[in-house]
Amino acid sequence: MESRKEDARRMVSVTINGEMRQGLAEPRTLLAYFIRETLGLTGTHVGCDTTSCGACTVLFDGEPVKSCTVLAVQADQHQIDTVEGLETDNVLHPLQQAFWDNHGLQCGFCTPGMLMTSVALLQKNPHPTESEIRHGISGNLCRCTGYVNIVKAITDASHKMQKEPAEV
Amino acid sequence: MAIEATETRPLGKAIKRKEDPRLVRGQGRYLDDIVLPGMLYMALARSPYAHARIKEIRLDQAYQVPGVKAILTGADLEKMNLSWMPTLAGDRQMVLATGKVLFQYQEVAAVVAESRAAAEDAVQLIEIDYEPLAPVVDPYAALKADAPLLREDRDQKDNHIFHWEVGDRKATDDALASSPVVVKEFIRMPRVHPAPVEPCGCIADYQKATGKLTWYVTSQAPHAHRTVLALVSGLPEHMIHVISPDIGGGFGNKVPVYPGYVCSVVMSLQLGRPVKWVETRTENIATTNFARDYHMTAEIGATQEGIVTALKVATIADHGAFDAAADPSKFPAGLFSIVTGSYDFPVAFAEVDGVYTNKAPGGVAYRCSFRVTEASYLIERVMNTLALKLNLDPAEIRRRNFIRPEQFPYQSPLGWTYDSGNYDATLNEALKLVDYEQLRKQQAERRAGGELVGIGISTFTEIVGAGPSNTFDILGIKMFDSCEIRIHPTGKAIARLGTRHQGQGHETTFAQVIADELGMTAADVLIEEGDTDTAPYGLGTYASRSTPTAGGAAALAARRIRQKAIQIAAHLLEVSPDDVEWNGEKFAAKGLESRAVGMSEVALAAYTNLPEGMEPGLEATYYYDPPNLTFPNGAYVAMVAIDRGTGEVKVERFVAVDDCGTVINPMVVDGQVHGGLTEGFGIAFMQEIAYDEDGNNLAPNFMEYLVPTAVEAPHWETGRTVTPSPHHPIGAKGVGESPNVGSPAAFVNAVVDALSPYGVTNVEIPLFPWKVWNVLKELGLTQ
Amino acid sequence: MFPSAFEYYAPKTLDEVYGLLAQYGDEAKILAGGQSLLPMMKLRLAAPSVLIDIGSLGHLSSATETAEGLSMGALMRHKTIETSHWPHYPLLRETAPWIADPLVRNRGTIGGSLAHADPAADWGAALLALGASVQIESRDRIRHMALEEFFVDLYTTALEPQEVLTRIVIPVPATAATFARYLKLERKVGDFAVVGVAITVSLAIDGTVAQAGIGMAAMSGVPFAAHQTESLLVGRQLTPALIKEVSESASQEGDPESDRRGSAEYKRSMARVFVERGLSQILQQWESTQSA
Repeated sequence: MESRKEDARRMVSVTINGEMRQGLAEPRTLLAYFIRETLGLTGTHVGCDTTSCGACTVLFDGEPVKSCTVLAVQADQHQIDTVEGLETDNVLHPLQQAFWDNHGLQCGFCTPGMLMTSVALLQKNPHPTESEIRHGISGNLCRCTGYVNIVKAITDASHKMQKEPAEV
Repeated sequence: MAIEATETRPLGKAIKRKEDPRLVRGQGRYLDDIVLPGMLYMALARSPYAHARIKEIRLDQAYQVPGVKAILTGADLEKMNLSWMPTLAGDRQMVLATGKVLFQYQEVAAVVAESRAAAEDAVQLIEIDYEPLAPVVDPYAALKADAPLLREDRDQKDNHIFHWEVGDRKATDDALASSPVVVKEFIRMPRVHPAPVEPCGCIADYQKATGKLTWYVTSQAPHAHRTVLALVSGLPEHMIHVISPDIGGGFGNKVPVYPGYVCSVVMSLQLGRPVKWVETRTENIATTNFARDYHMTAEIGATQEGIVTALKVATIADHGAFDAAADPSKFPAGLFSIVTGSYDFPVAFAEVDGVYTNKAPGGVAYRCSFRVTEASYLIERVMNTLALKLNLDPAEIRRRNFIRPEQFPYQSPLGWTYDSGNYDATLNEALKLVDYEQLRKQQAERRAGGELVGIGISTFTEIVGAGPSNTFDILGIKMFDSCEIRIHPTGKAIARLGTRHQGQGHETTFAQVIADELGMTAADVLIEEGDTDTAPYGLGTYASRSTPTAGGAAALAARRIRQKAIQIAAHLLEVSPDDVEWNGEKFAAKGLESRAVGMSEVALAAYTNLPEGMEPGLEATYYYDPPNLTFPNGAYVAMVAIDRGTGEVKVERFVAVDDCGTVINPMVVDGQVHGGLTEGFGIAFMQEIAYDEDGNNLAPNFMEYLVPTAVEAPHWETGRTVTPSPHHPIGAKGVGESPNVGSPAAFVNAVVDALSPYGVTNVEIPLFPWKVWNVLKELGLTQ
Repeated sequence: MFPSAFEYYAPKTLDEVYGLLAQYGDEAKILAGGQSLLPMMKLRLAAPSVLIDIGSLGHLSSATETAEGLSMGALMRHKTIETSHWPHYPLLRETAPWIADPLVRNRGTIGGSLAHADPAADWGAALLALGASVQIESRDRIRHMALEEFFVDLYTTALEPQEVLTRIVIPVPATAATFARYLKLERKVGDFAVVGVAITVSLAIDGTVAQAGIGMAAMSGVPFAAHQTESLLVGRQLTPALIKEVSESASQEGDPESDRRGSAEYKRSMARVFVERGLSQILQQWESTQSA
């Protein structure tokens, strides 16, 4: 089994947060663990086994997906964005800032995934209604905030990003 | 909009959280983010049966998996006298099963390997032969004389764990017998699980060379865990260093010590390498502490006018296979005796019987101060039944029975001394915010149109802040808490506390408390928790105890600093200490307002320019033993509409007015309320750990254990009244759990209100659509 | 949680896929979006020793609309369908937002969902209502099959080990006045349907029903089309009275099981309520287009 496992390891190259990185992965290695353990970016979290919680949400070629339900080998030659890539030149992304300003997080465990979903949401729909936001983040579970201030933060960010469009 | 942490006089202000800059960057350091050199991974083999005798365990195949370092079974632990561990409730729990298993998913063997995947592969290859035994799932069945005996290890040969009672049984029975009106209701609070998004886990790192064990663990109570570990393992306590890193939510789930923790420590001790164990979501929901599972019967006696005369409560508490509740030692049913709630009952009696069943062990206080949710749910539900019986408005029945402001401190018939409250004012505020009269009008109109619309009220009183050392201990350790403050020469400070936050915002709120006492800003005070080598001893964060206990310690430690600072200030101002006045921001010379020095000048002087003979430095530690608990309260109003076609309940309005005494940070308080209400909503409508008759867990993951998303979660409206706690150093009471404690009854009272014209007085939670539909069907109300 | 070890292939052509299927047979599983298969593998409820990732077969991720109908590649993601605009097939856009959650929809594919054959899946009900067929390819042949025949049993399809589901074909509706609804009772976002009802109705100029499709999820061991009920609609004027009659009929089709999501009686009643509500909404929508 060892030899087979070793044989099965392959090089996976991804462009993560704009940077080309590579690492070895067994086929069964989930993208979430590749990002966390092989690439050392621990902002992406794992909170369930059933593709339910969304704590592992990253952008896969620009679309938010649950990285616990993608194989690392499937990400080979693709572009991945994680929470670590949101800040530019020491300036928080407007959504990061809005989550802070509006108390949109408590324990912070769901926050990276929630942020990545929100980034994509606002790219597609710069002026979401409350209902659109609630549906948009419904693949991400939060147990602390009751979502009230998350919705508020995303709304706040949408207003601010409209004033000064930010690169994402 | 929130205020920057550089604001002066920060107490009571919506200061932006200091913990957020790292968390929004994904730079939090949670347990599973920690990687140590040479670290191994552990996975557990678990029982597929709820009740079975273990015939044989074969490990040969599992050992063939490359990378496997060691496999531990109950037999191995037995040799070390570690196959059982004490629970916080004074019972004991199997670490790895020996003899027989008592619940599905029970821990049977632990595999340590070079990778997580290898450990899991090996777990699959462990062969265990079981002889299935008859499972006991229903707590009432467990109490029958012919029920199979579950706990063969005990001297007592039945499934009864404890009987606990409080109050005057005879006086209560007499009062009920002579009351013109008596209502009786059976109310069940089903088994639920806190299910924070981050599961539990630990890394045990034993260094043979130093003999020191560093134990990283998702712990709400790191100091208590250190002591428990020292007692269980025999390691000297000073050689155990517990680090509780950032925690991804706890809600009570991370208070107990779990078998996986003990196994990883044993493995690290044996192998001399760090061993990480992180449970899966399934393991989290199916094995770590559940909550509730209380089966309660209540009788209320009253006059024709609705004045209550007596309360009698009998409860069966299902604890599963082991009584692993995390209650204070003298309280096997927690603080359930708060069951008289906000009402002035002349007499009361409550009894609770704990029972073993073949289900996961517990139960923990899930966002709740030890069985207070059960108690509040019960009294708020049965007061509703009384209102229905007397045809009184649910607000009116409450008003007639509230403990009045002038009665505080109020002695409850079940032994508590309520500190303060103004229940009428809180209720009135809620009714005003929701425009109750208008709401009732709308309801009448919509009812006339055939709609099923209901309004529910809950006016609960919590009991939090365990607790005063004369009453409260866990395994003998008194439940005080602590704070140590060090002021650095440049006027900045670090404060360490015995609590451990999991999202509550302590890094900000405790900085606010200390800064406000010392004329500093929250930005100048660094708060650290969770490291037992540096923080003073404390019992941790749960039961809404942080602000009532450690919050008090923080204020009093700061005042100790001020006592010394005033001496130094006098020296700097060249006046006598008696002539120095603290004006809230600075030390000023009496009568000479312009001559004043602040904490930065005093701090520098403490290291550079001291009065003759004074000990250098500016530090203080305070171990705060609160004189009493605190009693936050609230008034919640819910409006719901029931879909007659599907049985779905829509929460159309929800107003929550909380009184948690002095507010440290209104933004954080609102955030706590939003979160607690949402969990209360989940408990009322979605969350339940159900078992089938064979003891199989039917909701072991987030596909079946349903927690609300942003779509299900209602919109919350919040308000506040402020009745400070008279004994707390800053008058604060704690708020994290109130909304979870108070809200389930409001939802259910609203649903009952919608159906009460048809004779309904009770519905069972969680209110899944099919369950509501069944009620509608029976009443002929379906579409 | 980690899947058991497996070998992974990402062929670039269908021919390579056939080669791998020939080589590994039953041991192999085809990986499309992975949103059903990977969770099962993580829980070790499935443990294929070979995964054939067909994600690189680009030609299967787009749709072609012709006068005859709409042909969708099996690899089209739910999200793509949700945001596509096909006015003749409103049921697709009505259904897509109900599938799982937004993140899963970004990854999951329509073909993967059908091949998984969960009786509660939304696409099964919707595509049966639309009278869809599937295109199945193997080295030796291409065959077309009505979706009804494709669903054999619980999690079981008519796909043979050497075959790949490549396209889903929906015939063009009888008239341009086609209206649709998807009604689903779920316990929370991301849940499979307790009951799902897909309705598509094409109306003639005079308002009579020219064509009707009603598909049901979670009302039997496989998704099915409620043909008896459909036939009650065709050729008749859509009126509240007819809707009532039809919804009663709908509740009698299928064979739902009593479980934790509700009794069989409850599910039948939900089917009735949903058919009634869906058709009433359609009637209303049609009336408003008439008055406008």
